Amino acid sequence: MSIQILSPRITVVKPWISLAVKEKLIHGFFFLNGILSVIVLLGIFALLVFTSIPAFQEINVGSFLFGLEWNPTSYVKEQYGIIPMLVSTFMVTLGALVIAVPLGIGTAAYLSDVASPRVREIAKPIVEILAGIPSVVIGFLGIVLVGPILAKVFGTHNGLNALNGSVLLAVMALPTIVSISEDAISNVPKSYDQASLALGASKWQTVIKVKIPAALSGIIAACMLGMGRAVGETMTVLMATGCAPAMPESFLGPVRTLTSSIAIELGEVAYNTTHYYALFALGLVLFIMTFLVNMTSDIILHKYEKVNR
Amino acid sequence: MNTMIKEKKSNQKNVEQEVISAELEENNMKVRVENFNFYYDTTQALKDINLEIKANSVVGIIGPSGCGKSTFLRCFNRMNDTISSIRYEGKIRIDEKNIFDDNLDVVDLRRNVGMVFQKSNPFPKSIFENIAYGLKINGIKDKNFIAQKVEESLKNAALWDEIKDRLHKSAFALSGGQQQRLCIARALAIEPEVLLLDEPASALDPIATAKIEELIHELKKKYTILIVTHNMQQAARVSDYTAFFMLGELIECDETNKIFTNPSKKITEDYVTGRFG
Ligand SMILES: Nc1ncnc2c1ncn2[C@@H]1O[C@H](COP(=O)(O)OP(=O)(O)O)[C@@H](O)[C@H]1O
Ligand SMILES: [Mg+2]
Repeated sequence: MSIQILSPRITVVKPWISLAVKEKLIHGFFFLNGILSVIVLLGIFALLVFTSIPAFQEINVGSFLFGLEWNPTSYVKEQYGIIPMLVSTFMVTLGALVIAVPLGIGTAAYLSDVASPRVREIAKPIVEILAGIPSVVIGFLGIVLVGPILAKVFGTHNGLNALNGSVLLAVMALPTIVSISEDAISNVPKSYDQASLALGASKWQTVIKVKIPAALSGIIAACMLGMGRAVGETMTVLMATGCAPAMPESFLGPVRTLTSSIAIELGEVAYNTTHYYALFALGLVLFIMTFLVNMTSDIILHKYEKVNR
Repeated sequence: MNTMIKEKKSNQKNVEQEVISAELEENNMKVRVENFNFYYDTTQALKDINLEIKANSVVGIIGPSGCGKSTFLRCFNRMNDTISSIRYEGKIRIDEKNIFDDNLDVVDLRRNVGMVFQKSNPFPKSIFENIAYGLKINGIKDKNFIAQKVEESLKNAALWDEIKDRLHKSAFALSGGQQQRLCIARALAIEPEVLLLDEPASALDPIATAKIEELIHELKKKYTILIVTHNMQQAARVSDYTAFFMLGELIECDETNKIFTNPSKKITEDYVTGRFG
């Protein structure tokens, strides 16, 4: 039998502009978009730098970075030390990570490997929706729910303290950590599971000893992203941590993070004063911190994608 | 009268002897598959399989692709259990114990029935850790014992000499053939009695394949081996018995020599001579 072609031959339709030009236009469009976001980022950075500079005509950089007291409205001597706020930020963030990381990885492992497909289909979207709860609402829960519980458990006067902030930030970081970790764990090749199960390992042993180590860089990136959110979060910590501008004493005492300080004071400060510029300097410190966290997580995530290909 | 008694006695003796030899034969059977059916949801993948396997023998499983070879192999360590909506009927006995019994521990079964997969699948860990893994999850903590066992398994998998200087390097740095032998070593480390090999050499070059085949020859002294292969010559080279499957049915199983020179079914002959498949 010979091959027969009965239908008419196809005719190629030429587009009104050549493909090469079209390619170039599309390329240009996306290039512009990319450039624009870089410009915005650089713009914010430049703005923060330039508005911070006047602050350092009055404040010694050393006493800003290493000063132990923040009291810009003192009648005796104005103090611009950011250490109490840095310590507060680290405490609240660290506390949040200590709570959220084990819980998040455990949940991710459960969802990816142990839960039945139906449970996973229901639970994962719910966890992701958690990410959309406004921070004001979480802060409110901190005041009316978490605070009183903490006060009762630890017998303190009130529950507005660093621990409260950590608990709330943990709740806020969990969706990111669970969602991205779950993706990372699910993306571990099935052949590893098979090998592990065939050696007599249980599902949990397989997840903990094979899959989590194999997905580790993805999980670390997930935690870093969660942390980035915790460092930059303002409203929740403002509402739940008591906000005393002194050096924090313990997790059960009030603390005041970088973000809360900016939010509280920027509304009241007189325009173009040293205090005003100092708040922008705080913003610059915060910007650099979150930028570093996000960049680190991005680098780790990238490395992880390469390894898995 | 006298002679009658004598006759009776000798008869009895004969019967006794028969019983004993039958028992011997039975005891020598490591694996026994009885009226076994397997279903993926509604499609039947294995149909009424009956098969007996002698201890320390190699059984080659051949047949066109999709005939159920892998499915069959994965029944022996119940790896199919990880797939939802599967169903089986009948029995598979290993050392006379039905592996589908309710009170059988799957972990014990899998420790006793090792498996090597078609595509080598070492863990993203060091060579040492790959082999130590099976020991560690089975609760062994003694470091010296683990090290000793790792060395022994690698030697038994004919890999030790090639990699002894880089035990703590990533397993991914090994060649395909070495990775597959590493997977065999990993299976050997937990001392199984039955080994399941699913096309273990299909992704390997001829030299690596020859090494694996040589290894199988050695291993059968200690293990009972089921090997799936799509390579007729390989089946002829490595196996003592060959089982020919088609469309989920066991067409025939006999001594390899017989299957390849004088099979009892026409269709087997057609397949092994390459007339289809
Ligand atoms: N997980 C599965 N779900 C449903 N059907 C399957 C699954 N795995 C295999 N099958 C089907 O079972 C039959 C036997 O497959 P398999 O045992 O892999 O064959 P072989 O290894 O001989 O090539 C095929 O028809 C295949 O499509
Ligand atoms: Mg197969």
